[in-house]
Amino acid sequence: RRNEINVTKYSTTPPDSDPTGRRQVHSMLKLYYGMNEEGKVESLDPCDINGPHFDPEVYLNKLRKECSLGELMDHESCTVKQIRSLDSDMQTLVYENYNKFISATDTIRKMKNDFKKMEDEMDCLSANMAAITEFSAHISGTLQDQHAQITKLSGVHTLLRKLQFLFELPARLNKCLELQAYAQAVSAHRRARCVLQQYSHMPSFRGIQDDCHVIMEQLAQQLRQKFRDGGSSAKDLSECVELLLQLDEPAEELCDKFLSHAQSRLEADLQGLEAELIDSLVTDTGGGLVQKTNPGSNPVSPSSSSTTNPFLSPTAGTDILEFIDRGCNEFVSNLCLVIASYQELFINHPQEGELASKKIPEMANGKLHVFVDTLAARYFSLVERRIQEEKGVGDNSLLVRALDRFHRRLQAISKLLPGSAVPSQGTEIVVRAARERIKQYLSALQTFYHDSLTDVRQALAAPRLSVGGASASGGGATSKDATPSLPELLTSLSNFILNQLKSVLASVHLFTAKDITFSNKPYFKGEFCSQGVREGLVVSFIKFICQSSRQYCESAGDRGGSTPPALLLLLSRLCLDYETSTISYILTLTDEQFLVQHHTPVTPVTALCAEAREAAQKLLNHYVKVQGLIISQMLRKSVETRDWVNTIEPRNVRAVMKRVVEDTTSIDVQVGLLYEEGVRKAHSSDSSKRTFSVYSSSRQQIRYAPSYTPSAPMDTSLLSNIHKLFSERIDIFSPVEFNKVSVLTGIIKISLKTFLECVRLRTFGRYGLQQIQVDCHYLQMYLWRFVSDENLVHFLLDEIVGSAAHRCLDPSPMEQSVIEVICERG
Amino acid sequence: MERCFPFQTSVTVYKAYTRVESDANTIARALTAQTAETDAIRFLVGTQSLKFDNQITNEPKRLSSENRVLTCAAVWRMPPEWESGSHESPDDSSNNPQTLELLCHLDNTAHGSVACVLWEPLGDGKRVISLAENHVLLWDLQESSTKATISSTATLEGKGQLKFTAGKWSPHHNSTQLVTANDTAIRGWDLRSMSQIYCIENAHGQLVRDLDFNPNKQYYLASCGDDCKVKFWDVRHINEPVKCLEEHSHWVWSVRYNHSHDQLLLTGSSDSRVILSNMVSISSEPFGHLVDDDDLSDNEENQQEDKGKEPLQDSIIATYEEHEDSVYAVEWSAADPWLFASLSYDGRLVINRVPRALKYRILL
Repeated sequence: RRNEINVTKYSTTPPDSDPTGRRQVHSMLKLYYGMNEEGKVESLDPCDINGPHFDPEVYLNKLRKECSLGELMDHESCTVKQIRSLDSDMQTLVYENYNKFISATDTIRKMKNDFKKMEDEMDCLSANMAAITEFSAHISGTLQDQHAQITKLSGVHTLLRKLQFLFELPARLNKCLELQAYAQAVSAHRRARCVLQQYSHMPSFRGIQDDCHVIMEQLAQQLRQKFRDGGSSAKDLSECVELLLQLDEPAEELCDKFLSHAQSRLEADLQGLEAELIDSLVTDTGGGLVQKTNPGSNPVSPSSSSTTNPFLSPTAGTDILEFIDRGCNEFVSNLCLVIASYQELFINHPQEGELASKKIPEMANGKLHVFVDTLAARYFSLVERRIQEEKGVGDNSLLVRALDRFHRRLQAISKLLPGSAVPSQGTEIVVRAARERIKQYLSALQTFYHDSLTDVRQALAAPRLSVGGASASGGGATSKDATPSLPELLTSLSNFILNQLKSVLASVHLFTAKDITFSNKPYFKGEFCSQGVREGLVVSFIKFICQSSRQYCESAGDRGGSTPPALLLLLSRLCLDYETSTISYILTLTDEQFLVQHHTPVTPVTALCAEAREAAQKLLNHYVKVQGLIISQMLRKSVETRDWVNTIEPRNVRAVMKRVVEDTTSIDVQVGLLYEEGVRKAHSSDSSKRTFSVYSSSRQQIRYAPSYTPSAPMDTSLLSNIHKLFSERIDIFSPVEFNKVSVLTGIIKISLKTFLECVRLRTFGRYGLQQIQVDCHYLQMYLWRFVSDENLVHFLLDEIVGSAAHRCLDPSPMEQSVIEVICERG
Repeated sequence: MERCFPFQTSVTVYKAYTRVESDANTIARALTAQTAETDAIRFLVGTQSLKFDNQITNEPKRLSSENRVLTCAAVWRMPPEWESGSHESPDDSSNNPQTLELLCHLDNTAHGSVACVLWEPLGDGKRVISLAENHVLLWDLQESSTKATISSTATLEGKGQLKFTAGKWSPHHNSTQLVTANDTAIRGWDLRSMSQIYCIENAHGQLVRDLDFNPNKQYYLASCGDDCKVKFWDVRHINEPVKCLEEHSHWVWSVRYNHSHDQLLLTGSSDSRVILSNMVSISSEPFGHLVDDDDLSDNEENQQEDKGKEPLQDSIIATYEEHEDSVYAVEWSAADPWLFASLSYDGRLVINRVPRALKYRILL
């Protein structure tokens, strides 16, 4: 059985190949027939009968070991069956291959016969080709002479035609001239020019050349004329220039002519603007003229200027936006047009031949820059004049829009003319205008502040005058009517100022709006925000408020108080409010709105607050001084004008003391409206009038004792000295705190000290002294409640009575009880 | 009669607290230095009382020649023994105040109460000016001062009640100029024609209390008033004060230049303080001692010298707070330029010296 299997294997493979080589061939065959190699997976199994590593011994052993006899029998019969079928397959394969081989051998033999026949035919073909070549050479040899003749003839013909062209040239040029076909004429002349030049020694040619020259001269003249007229379109013009250039016209001269021509037109624009500037109240007829002189030069200008010129301008002059619009539409756009066409003509034009060597672009560019600069300078000066006229601060948006337009249009120039200084100059103008604007706003704010102060002043004065006339004696009543409006006035004043400042900030903010072209310039990003708006506007304004407040103190001080005291009080409170909140609010607002980046040092909030506080303090001090002075004057007059020696026995408190108390009360009310109560010494709150009276009377009695008993003069002085030793020194005009009690204390101190000094300069009779006693007691009864330390009032009043006693011819004081009765009655 | 508070004597500063008292509490308002006396330090104190004869109390060392009463004025002769200069026992003699000899009354009942009386600053002392209400009266003393006659008068005319509050006879211009104050205005007068030569309206915000001439600079004038300010004027440019001090906290009653070193200025106020200021910048010695303005070369030399030391600045030298009541008068001693007295309402007279450090700085 083993032999049979081997036979099947050998039938498909060469008998001499070793096992590995056999496998190689096998696999190659497999590849060739497109079989896949999956058999390899099981190929290592020696029991696989189809695998390449099949080992018959192993296989048989395995079978023998594993299978029963029946199975073995089955297996054997199966295997025999398989071997038989494989044998038959093999036989058919061998037969088929043999047949194919035989047919191939036949084919090869047939091919050998065919090739022999083909060789013979090829030899025949090469012989024929040689014969053809020979014939062809023969033919060309015969035709040679005729060909040379024909060439010569055609050359003569061309020359003749050229000559004819030359002879006809003058006539042709004339005709062109008549038809105004300048381009043809120039090109024709150009073609002939060299030849004519070359053969100019021959008379006939010279004649032609001269004729041509004359004609071309004429033509150039006409071109120049056309150029000069300028009415022609840009295309015509450029053609004109091109032709002239080709006619060897000097380019420089052409540039000059072109520019001067353009200048005259632009000047007309500028004059129109100037006329508008000069008589902004009269209808600007100049605008119409300008329009006529260059119709169609700008498709935009007629429409816009027709709307601006006749209908709107007769009102109070054109506004700045219209002016700038007009400047842009007429002057700037014309200028741009000129620049563009000029560049088209002289600079960017493709230059051929000898023209390129003349460096026209450089020269032309230089000329253009000079031209643009001079004209732009004039335009700028006009614009600046117009901007300077823009004094009204009502609507900033118009100015900003105008400036924006102005700036935007100049960008066109910068695009056309990259190296030009014009746009930067324009930016300069915008920057200057912005600076100027800030200044104007500052002064506007200042005037506004002054105006609102004047309003406040009137509001303060008005009710007082009217009511004061109605109720003649009621000083307290009048001020009560006037004062309730104080806090309202304060809030309305500060609101007015704040709103105004905010609106100004909003207006100024327009300069930095995103859609404005110049807002991203470095100036508007940095310096404008920090130095201009923050420092120049906001900080300056706050400083101005403080400054003017201080001026109220200084100027009014010497003139005896032309400022109403209530205004001082109001301003003081305003400054204090600024110190506590408003300043930081305003500055934060500004910083937020303008996104200020502080490259340069700016005024800190604290410094401004300190300034405001100082101003508030000064104002309040001055208020105290003024009010103190008013009461002082009353007291002084009352002391100085009375004859104290020959007075009658006191029956009443003098009216002036009542007036003093009334005024003090009204001041108390007034101050209380704006300032807080403040701190008193602890004991004052529960010191009633009764205990106070007893206290003062007991002290007074001690003090007057020496008058009754002259034996103990030392005691008095000792007592008073001891008292002085223990009481603190009183600063009369000392700074006050920001509260009601402190203010009132200051005023009362000043008044009583004046009273004291005046009393010391007078001489009193007995009743004079008693009158002073009564007055002082009355003051004591009412003034203690206003001050922070009632001992102060006690001390000063004691001093007054004491001094009066010293200056008394007959110092016999009044009974305390009588004094009390009189005071309570009056 | 005179009560002396404890003397404080030290090497540097000589201080005396003196209380001027008579039978009752004496109120003192007037103070002057005895100008004719050059050896002894003498101050005259005028008291103001009604019931008693007013005294002119002589100081730690005595006397007076001028009295101030409200309605009248008189010329007094000092006791002869003082004039002769026998002052070796001051404490004893002051217990025995000699009465002054009344020479004559300045009879001015027609003109109202006298505000102040001024001796002619130079000359033989034959002329006296008194300011009464709104009149300027120039008196001639005749026959060894026993009789006074009005030689010329001037009257200030204007709206309302005009009253002179202070006056000063200029030591310059051959004693032909007088300056007066009324209300807030300062006026200059020419005594030859008895006419007004200049007027500083609103010199102070309130009443002008006192005036003094710079003894060395003829156009310079100091004034003080109720607005707590001391102002310095150049009478050739009266629109603006040259300088303004605001140190006191109440009315300034008195201002005095030092007689020889005009940068030293003394002011007294009713805030009970006396302030000694050093006004170098407007003094006659702005660059320090010994600089002669006329001599440029000297000036330069001195400037170079001055570079070594710090130039003196305008400053407050000292504030004296010894007084308990309003100070109405301050005065430099006529004999010792570094000594001054101040008088307060309660009769306390305080004598102080200029601090020695400053004194040496001025001198050296």
